[in-house]
Order: sequence, then structure tokens, then C-alpha cells
Amino acid sequence: MTRTLRLDGVDRSFGDRQVLRNVSFEVSAGRMTGFVGANGAGKTTTMRIILGVLAPDAGEVSWGGATLTRQDRRRFGYMPEERGLYPKMTTREQVTYLGRLHGLDAAAARRSTDALLDRVGLGERADDLLETLSLGNQQRAQIAAALVHDPEVLVLDEPFSGLDPLAVETVVAVLRERASAGAPVLFSSHQLDVVERLCDDLVIIGDGVIRAAGSRQQLRDSYTVPRFELVVEHDAGWVRDHPGVTLVELDGARVVFDLPAGTDEQPVLRAALARGPVRAFRPVSPSLTEIFREVTQ
Amino acid sequence: MNVTQATRLVAEREIRVKLRDRTFLFGTLFFLLIAAAGTILPPLFSGGPSTVAVTESLAAPLRAAGLEVRVVPHDRAAERAVRDDDVDAAVVTGPAVLAMDDAPDDVVKALSTQPTVRLLDPDAVDPVVAFLVPFVFAFVFFITSQTFGVQIAQSVIEEKQTRIVEILVAAVPVRALLAGKVVAGAILAFAQIALIAVVAVLGLQLGDSGGLLSLLAPAIGWFVPFFLIGFVLLAAMWAAAGALANRQEDIAAVSTPVQLAVMLPFLAVIFLNDNATAMRVLSYLPFSSPTAMPLRLFTGDAAGWEPIVSLVLLVLAAGAFLLAGARVYEGSLLRTNGRTSLRTAWRERETIG
Repeated sequence: MTRTLRLDGVDRSFGDRQVLRNVSFEVSAGRMTGFVGANGAGKTTTMRIILGVLAPDAGEVSWGGATLTRQDRRRFGYMPEERGLYPKMTTREQVTYLGRLHGLDAAAARRSTDALLDRVGLGERADDLLETLSLGNQQRAQIAAALVHDPEVLVLDEPFSGLDPLAVETVVAVLRERASAGAPVLFSSHQLDVVERLCDDLVIIGDGVIRAAGSRQQLRDSYTVPRFELVVEHDAGWVRDHPGVTLVELDGARVVFDLPAGTDEQPVLRAALARGPVRAFRPVSPSLTEIFREVTQ
Repeated sequence: MNVTQATRLVAEREIRVKLRDRTFLFGTLFFLLIAAAGTILPPLFSGGPSTVAVTESLAAPLRAAGLEVRVVPHDRAAERAVRDDDVDAAVVTGPAVLAMDDAPDDVVKALSTQPTVRLLDPDAVDPVVAFLVPFVFAFVFFITSQTFGVQIAQSVIEEKQTRIVEILVAAVPVRALLAGKVVAGAILAFAQIALIAVVAVLGLQLGDSGGLLSLLAPAIGWFVPFFLIGFVLLAAMWAAAGALANRQEDIAAVSTPVQLAVMLPFLAVIFLNDNATAMRVLSYLPFSSPTAMPLRLFTGDAAGWEPIVSLVLLVLAAGAFLLAGARVYEGSLLRTNGRTSLRTAWRERETIG
């Protein structure tokens, strides 16, 4: 059975301000879905609605085809945007406690906590009070708290913010593990390069409206204008005068340019070869940042 | 997992954290010391029977009364013994009793003939005790509900301030969070009082004031249910107040109405406890009945059915306040931008429940 998390026509307002408008998208089992949008675009509100922390004004969240219930949500793992655990409890104690609140029995919660704290590199600090840990380590504890009950679905709001590169790798590895075990993973991030590297699917939200959603490749293909990079021996300035070319970037012998859709790029290459040696000629995929800029404009 | 199990987990955590809190432990220890000192020490300090200087001819009745008699050769020596502070009193020819500044009752009594006394209302309470007992009851309820109430509010604010509340709300019903805190507060408060009561009772027996104990027993028996339900009523208010605040610093501002709900009944019971009409009214009002009704039982003013009616009223009020508190709690728990107004919290339920 494929278990898909689905949002269908979700609306939400705060007072007069409508922050979500007809938000619909899917998070598929076993896929890492990146959720990106500018500040205030509605990412956090959407995630809170998925977790039942906020109620939608209209629309529905479903899981495996049925409306999401509190019992389902208890098996979700959630990392809210604003981090926080009990400062006066040890990491081990509170991760165990959260495991139990999510329905584990005492022994299972202890086992899972010990394993996870080792996994995220907090094994040795497990019995220190949370407030004595560095911010980065508190963040690791937060991730352990979201994963302790071996959740069926992961919803993580900015899981990488505040992490050093090493910790990012640890967390990425843990999330991938969960995704390959079949859990849908939805995570938001401002770091588009991280999202680009990590996600299988992508949801882009702007002003409370879903601007684009689909697999990374699909999005890339549909938002790509044919773009090429050419590196020649000497100055490449002549390219700008070639018919159809729109110059994107020119840096001495290196040039990046767009062609109108459906135009053959080979004439440009031939023209370059006619002028001298060509060091490189290749199509350029747009980065997530560029797609993001395009769809949210 | 259902609400009850979640409530239990929440309560367990609250209790575990509290039992490690030094302030709480030292506070309890301090109260225990006061209880022990207050019951054991006074009988020790009040000293034994008076010492009396007297000539041999007058000594017999004093010895018979069990006083400590010091025989002196003549009245002048007896007077000197008093002036030199060697004895508490002297009895000289007359007979007259000499003392420095305080007439020694036991000496006077030993020399007087007393009429037979027949008490027509033998249950009536010693006025000193009658003054002290209301004070103690009201004080215990006041201090405890105040201390533990503030702690409930602080615990609510801590979860809001650290934002862990969002994870909690995603995992368990908001009702279970509220109930767990109230239950934990009630258990801790009751345990602390019980411990103090045990120490006080032991102290009374050591200090040989057991008579007071048998007088107090029925009032204490009623005080327990009134205390517990009254505590739940106030705890619901404290939790709601905590949810309205956003930082520990806000606690004073949001809890003013709750503080008044604790303070005014306390003062009313203290100052009006000899006004029968006022006490009758107070013993039915939910906020003051936890102290006023056990008091009326203690002084024997209340008929047998009265505490039951009052308790039912209190249970109803506590139930209503729990529901209202839960609604405010749910409506404000996730509003982390500044203080939430009671109106907003009441009107706009945020979570799914």
C-alpha cells in the first residue's frame, strides 16, 4: 500500500490576513520532499496544520487515503520551526518522555532514545541538562526528539538551520535512512542548495499559494529555457552578436547564454570552432534558486 | 494512548522535575521544621510548676498541689528569694502571695477553694484555639494554593516560552496537558501538607497537647476533600493564566485575578470568623468554602447536611472552571507573540483538540 500524505484545498486566515489559499500537494512515501518559500510564505502554517497544531479553515489533510486523525498524527515526527525542549531536564530524560507521549512503552522509549542519541552524536552528553549543551547540540537533541518514536511520516521545519556542516551530514543521513525505509519526509529550508542536493520532490510556496510542485527533474525541465555555457581560448564577447542569443553572463573567455526554446545550439558551437579552440560547451540546468526566483516572482 | 494515559505521563514528569527542584525541597523542609518547632517547643518553654518560697507552717497545701516548695526561715527571707529571682513566688503570712510581675495561677489556685463547675456547653471551644484554628486552616490553604498555583503557571509558561508546547500539542490532547499539571500540583500539594500534618501530630503528642488533636480531627477530615477540590478549582485558573502569558515576567500581570480569588477569601475568613452570618455565606461560596466550611464544622455551627451541599457546589464550580480553564488554555497556548487577551483566548480555539 502506498502511503501518501495529501493536502487538499487547505485555507487558513489569521484575522483578516489569509495566509494559505487552496494549498494542495502530496508527500509521497519514501521520498524526500523539499518545501521552499520566502519568509511568511506559509510554510510553517502549512506544517502546523499537517500536525494538527493549527486547524485549517477549509480543506483537508489525508494520510493513506483517509482523513488524518489524532492517532495517525501521534506516529508523525515533527520538528517545529521554533526549537525548544525542557532546559532543566537531561537530553536522555526528555527524549524518552517524548517517546512515551508518542505511545512507546517505557522500555522501548529508553532503547530508542539511547540508540538515537548515539546516532546523532550526543551519546556522551545524554545525561547533561539540556541548557548546558551548545546550540548545535541542542539542535541534535531536537532531531532525536522528532525521531524517537520511529515515525511513519516526518515533518521538519528548517531542520538544518543552526547546524554545523558535520551535523548537517549526520541529519541528512538519518533522514535518508527514514525515507528509504518508506516514510514520506517533508522538510522546509531556506538553504536552497541543501534542498537541491537532498530532495527528490519539491513544493514551492509563495504568498500562501503553491507555485510549483513535482519531482526535482520535472520542475527543472519545465522551468528550463535552453541555457549553455561556452569556454573558448580568447575573448568570447562575440557571442552576444550571434542571432537569437541572450547573454546571461560574460567573463572573458567564458560565456553563459540562453537561446529561444526550440532553437538549435550547434550553430553557436560551429561559430566558436571557426574562431579557434573550444575548451567547453555544455547545457546548463537552472539551479533551484533560479527556478525559485522565477516561480515566486 | 488515551487522555488518561497521557495525563498520567504529563503528571509524572511534573512531579519528577519538582522533586529535584531545590527550592521546593528546601521549602518543604522549612515548613516541616516550623511544624515540629511549633508543636514541640512551646510546652518545653512554658516550664514546669512554679517554685515557691514559704515558711514551713504554710507549706503543706502547696506541696499537696505539686508545686516546688523551698522552705525559708521567715517571711522576709521568702520575699528576698522572690526579689533575687531565686523563686517564682513566695507565700507569706496572711496568707498572701508575692510575685514580681505576674501572678502565678498555680500558686493562687493551691491556696483557694474553688466552687464546683458544671459546664452546660462542654463542647464549646477554648477562645484561643478558636482563634488559632481558622487562621491555620486559611493559612495552609492560602499558602499551598498560592505556591503550587504559581508553579503550575510557571510550568505552563516554560513550555510556551521554550516552544516545546508545539511538539507536545502535536502528540497529546491539550486537555491531557492541562489535566496532568493540575493532577501533579494537587498530588504534590496534598503530599506536602500531609507530611507537615504528620509532623505536627507527632509534635503535638510529644508535646502532650493531644487534647487539641481530638478536637481538630473532624474538622481536618472535612478539610481534606474541600482542600483538594478547592485546589483543583484554583489550579485550573492558574494554568489558564499561565497560558495567557508568554514569558515568566508576565506572570504577575496575568495572574492578578487569580491572586485576588485566593487572597480575598483568605482575608474574609481571617477577619470575619466570629461573624456567624458572614461565615455561613462564606462557607458556601466556592472560593472560600474550602476554609470556611471546615471551620464552621470545627466550631460546631454547621448542621450535618451543610458540608455536603457546600462540597457539591464546590465540585460544580471546580468542574466549570476546569472547562473554562481548558478553553482559555487551548485558545492561548500556541500564541507565542506577546500576551494573549482573555477574550481572544476564549473566542478563538486554535488547535484541533
